[in-house]
This record gives sequence, structure tokens and C-alpha cells, in this order.
Amino acid sequence: MEAFFSLANGLSVAIQPMNLLFALIGVLLGTAVGVLPGIGPALTVALLLPITFKLDPAGSIIMFAGIYYGGMYGGSTTAILINTPGESASMATALEGNKMAKAGRGGPALATSAIGSFVAGTIATLGLTFLAPYLVDIAIRFGPEDYFALMCVAFITVSATFGDSPIRGLTSLFIGLTLGLVGIDILSGQSRLSFGVPELYDNIEVTTLAVGLFAVGEALYVASRRHIEEEKLEPVRGSLWMTKEDWKRSWKPWLRGTLFGFPIGALPAGGAEIPTFLSYSTEKKLTKYPEEFGKGAIEGVAGPEAANNASAAGTLVPLLTLGLPTSATAAMMLAGFQQYGLNPGPLLFAERPDLVWGLIASLFIANGMLLVLNLPLVGLWVKLLAIPQPWLYAGILVFATIGTIAANPSPVELIMLAVFGVLGFLMRRFDFPIAPVVVGLILGPVAESQLRRALSISLGDPMVLLQSPISATLLFIALVALVAPFVLKGLGRFKAVED
Amino acid sequence: MTTSSQRRIDMAGLAIALLLLALAALVWWDQSKLQILSPYDLGPKVMPIVVTVGLTLLAIGNGIAAFRGDLPKRDSLDWKPIFLILGGLTILIALIALGWGFMIGTAILFAATATAFGRRAFLVDLLIGAGLAVFVYLLLGKLLTLSLPAGPLERLL
Repeated sequence: MEAFFSLANGLSVAIQPMNLLFALIGVLLGTAVGVLPGIGPALTVALLLPITFKLDPAGSIIMFAGIYYGGMYGGSTTAILINTPGESASMATALEGNKMAKAGRGGPALATSAIGSFVAGTIATLGLTFLAPYLVDIAIRFGPEDYFALMCVAFITVSATFGDSPIRGLTSLFIGLTLGLVGIDILSGQSRLSFGVPELYDNIEVTTLAVGLFAVGEALYVASRRHIEEEKLEPVRGSLWMTKEDWKRSWKPWLRGTLFGFPIGALPAGGAEIPTFLSYSTEKKLTKYPEEFGKGAIEGVAGPEAANNASAAGTLVPLLTLGLPTSATAAMMLAGFQQYGLNPGPLLFAERPDLVWGLIASLFIANGMLLVLNLPLVGLWVKLLAIPQPWLYAGILVFATIGTIAANPSPVELIMLAVFGVLGFLMRRFDFPIAPVVVGLILGPVAESQLRRALSISLGDPMVLLQSPISATLLFIALVALVAPFVLKGLGRFKAVED
Repeated sequence: MTTSSQRRIDMAGLAIALLLLALAALVWWDQSKLQILSPYDLGPKVMPIVVTVGLTLLAIGNGIAAFRGDLPKRDSLDWKPIFLILGGLTILIALIALGWGFMIGTAILFAATATAFGRRAFLVDLLIGAGLAVFVYLLLGKLLTLSLPAGPLERLL
């Protein structure tokens, strides 16, 4: 019951007026960027990092978490009304949700996704509350070699195990690791891959990379293929409210979606796509109305929406307890902690319980705010979609460049932004995943320093990695996760044919 | 899906593989200049070596995929908007480097991007971009006291 006590303390932090205000700004921004196609929560947090540099850490981090949760709510609105999911996590929602909107049932689709998100978000945040202290107890026993092994697991699962192509995922990861080498090596004081450019000596800024890849890259990509696709906004027709029948058909998918989303999000498995699609296919199998699937079945909206919100809460488990980001947004939140000199992990729970538990408590508040913001006010958010696309992307680029230059006032930083933008464009065009690059840049240097610390304690004996049972187990898991997609490739192809 | 009539070598995929190989060579060359100072530390060379090996293996993997034509299908590409956006960025960078501040460049970037997305009202967009730049300057520069590159225009505000 220690968790209850901590949570109550956190609540007293979270209900301070300033923090409530930050949570509100966060969920408003998050919903807005979730609704708008082209900007996701990761990019928003990246853009806000330089701006929040001088603000109170607790408030900013509460705001970032609000953006994360809000993005999950907002993404579904776009998926349902224009069939372009704002986030990859909403892809499954678009399948049935857009069909429902076309059939004049957009209201209930939005309602079931908002209420489902609330239910799932609340249950999953409770899960986070009770799971976190246990994981912290385990994490305290981790030595540097165990952390190194854990990061190997994260590298592999984020890049190789669950993507379309393990080779392309690993390529993205290694680009990130290469970028992570740039700068002065702290232990030896020598510079690597800096070529005498002063801006490169103090490492590549995570924000510059993320803003370049997400904002500039996305703008270039969308602009280059504007001649191919036209988007069509479905008006919300009919009642917003769900009928008794809708409720009856929604509540089980909500709970099942939560059961998929939270654990998969909490494992270092990267992102919300897997649980949402698992939830979608489960609902398709279990439904009493199989004939409606593909034509707008409410179960196909309720389940995936619950799953993606639950996975957002799940992702916070490894982030807060181990300092391990497993999605692009989590990686940006980690950068948010780091800009205040805070390192998420067991130590942070001991040193700054007010901050960690204040954050967790504010997640409950944010969830409640989001339900109110998204149900009665959904019409307002839909109006955002009326912003002309040229101005939207022009505005994104303006904020991207100004945010970058405000953080590091040097033209060289902007040149890097442009280069990363072109990289992001090429990666999208050739279907390389983006998140592993960001995770590689952030975790690469951490993994290196843990490895070097482990080996200097063992006086250079590499066997230390296998002598610690935790490290040996984790390295074994990493190996299996690396080999599995290559071995199971035939299986995946078989499944695709079956569908 | 069209069944494989005759799989052709994907030139773009091959270029990616060669780029990765070049990157691997660069990392290798860079680490060769480093010195190992302390006998108890693994030294700064190990990670670059791991990265070099990884990049080389992945270059081979990507190369094989290119030869087998395994890359995902790509849609046709419109180059004009790409040049417009990158052009806008270049002008912004040049103006900041020359000490002209960021507002003029920001307005140009805004208008260029809007044009890239199909707007045909460059002058109007230039004004909107300028307005946005002033707003951001007041918000970030004055309210949050962040330092933004200042030129003649910024000093007027």
C-alpha cells in the first residue's frame, strides 16, 4: 500500500494550480497535434523542449505527459473523420472508424474511442502506479553490466523485432548510434566524428535530430507526394451519444484493448502499433457481428483505441523506472528530463518522489480533462482540420527552425536541421522506421558508458557480462529477439497471404 | 501484387548500401586517430568499431535486398516542392549567418513552404509569415527571454 501513500503525495503536487495549468496546456496541445495530420506528440515535445528550458521541471514534464496522452486521444478523431491517422497508433482505428463516419455513425465512433481511451488510460495508469515501485526495487539491484544488457534488448526490440524489415530497422538504429558517437568522449576527452566543427564537439542535440526527422522530413515527404492523394473530411452527422447497444458492444473491447496495450507498452517492444492491431484482430474474431467488420463495426474502434491509450501509459513504466525509452515520444520525454539534469530511474524515485509521483498523479487528472475536452468539444477540434494544409506545414517549419535556433543560436545547427530533414525524407520514402534513430542517439552513449563502467570494474574482463545472471538473461533475450524475425520471416509472409 | 516477372536491381537501394559502406569507412577512419589513454578503460575506440562492423553488415544486407528487388514500392515524386522548401531553409540559414536576423528569412521560409503545398499567393503568405515571426519573437524572445539571432528588424521591436 506504499503506492497509495506515494500517489496521495503526488496528488498534492499535481493539484497545485500551476501544475493543473500545465496539465491543461499539455492535453490541449496534445489533442490539437493529435488531430492535425503531420505533427505527432514526439515532434511537439521536441519543439517545446527549447522553449520550456527555463520553466519549472515538474510543470514541464507534467505538460509533456499531457501531450503524450492528448495525442493518443486526438489521433483517433483524425483517423475516424478523414481516414488519415494522425499517428501510426491510430491506424487500426481508421479501418472501422472511418467506415462508421461514412455511414453517418461518426458520433458514436468518436464517443466510444474517447470513453474507451479514458477507461483504458485510467486502468493503465493504475497499473503504472502499482507496478512502478516493484520495478524500482528490481532496478536498484542492476549493475552497469545489467543496464548495458537491458539497453541491448531495447535496441533490438525497438528496431528489429516488430518492424516490417529487421534490416531496415537495424539500419535506422545504427544511423542513430553513429550520430550518438559525435562529440567529445567524456571518459577520454577526445573528440569523435567532429571534424573540427565546434558545434559538433558537444554532441548532436536530440531536439535538432527529432525536429529535423519529424517536422522537416515529414513536410518534405508530404509535399513531394501531394499530387497523389486527396484527403476528404467526413462531417460528424447524427447524435454524438452512444446507444445502449453501442455501450454493450464497447465495454468488453475496451477492457481487452487495455489488456493488450498496457503490458506490451510496458515491455521494451516499442510503440502502440502492435497492441492496436492485436486488439483489432481479436475483436474481429470474437465479434457477434462479423458481417459488420470492414463496414464500420464499433468493436473495431473501441478495442484499438483502448489499446493505444493503455500502451502510452505502459511505455511510461520502463521510462520512469529504468530510464528506458521505447517509443519516439518516450525518447523525447527522456530528453525533457535530461535537459533539467534529471535521470529517470530508481534514483529519481528516491531523490525526487514529488516529481515522479506528481507526474503519475497528474496523468489521472489529464485523463479526466481529456474526456471532457474530447466528448462535448469534439466539434471544436474538428475545426482545426479546416486549417489549410499550406499554412499548417509552413507554420510547422517556422516553429521548427525558430525552436532549433532558440536552443542553439548558430547557423550550423540549422544546417544540421536541414540535413536531418533530408534524411527523414529519404527514410520515409524508402520505408526506414524513424524512432530507432532517435532511440539510438539517446541510448547509444548511455549504453557505451555503462559498458565501459562495467568493464573497468571487472578490470577489463568481458565475462562480467555473462556472469551476472540478470545481464546474461537479458543478452539472451536480445539475441532471441534479433534472430526471431529472420527465422520467422516465412511465417509472416504466410500470414499476409492468409489475410 | 504483380508476380515477379523479372526482378531488376534497385539502383536507389544500391546507393543506400554504398552510402552505409561509406559511413562505415568514415567511422573507422575517425576512430583510427583516437588514442587509448587508460589501461583500465575500454577506451573510446570500442564503440566506433562496433558501429563500423554493424554498418558494414547492414550495407551488405541492404545491398542484397537491392539486388533481389526487395525494397518497398515507391510512388512517383514531385521534386519542385522539395526544392522550394529546402531553398527557403537555405535562404533562412544564409540570412542568419550574414547577421540579418531571423525574421526576414522566416517570412521567406513560410511563403516558400506554403507555395510548395500549392498556395499561389506568395506576397500574402510573405506577410503572414512576417506576422508569425513577430509573434514568435515577442513570445520567445521577450516573454521567455530566449536569445534569438537579431538583425536590424529585430532591434526595432
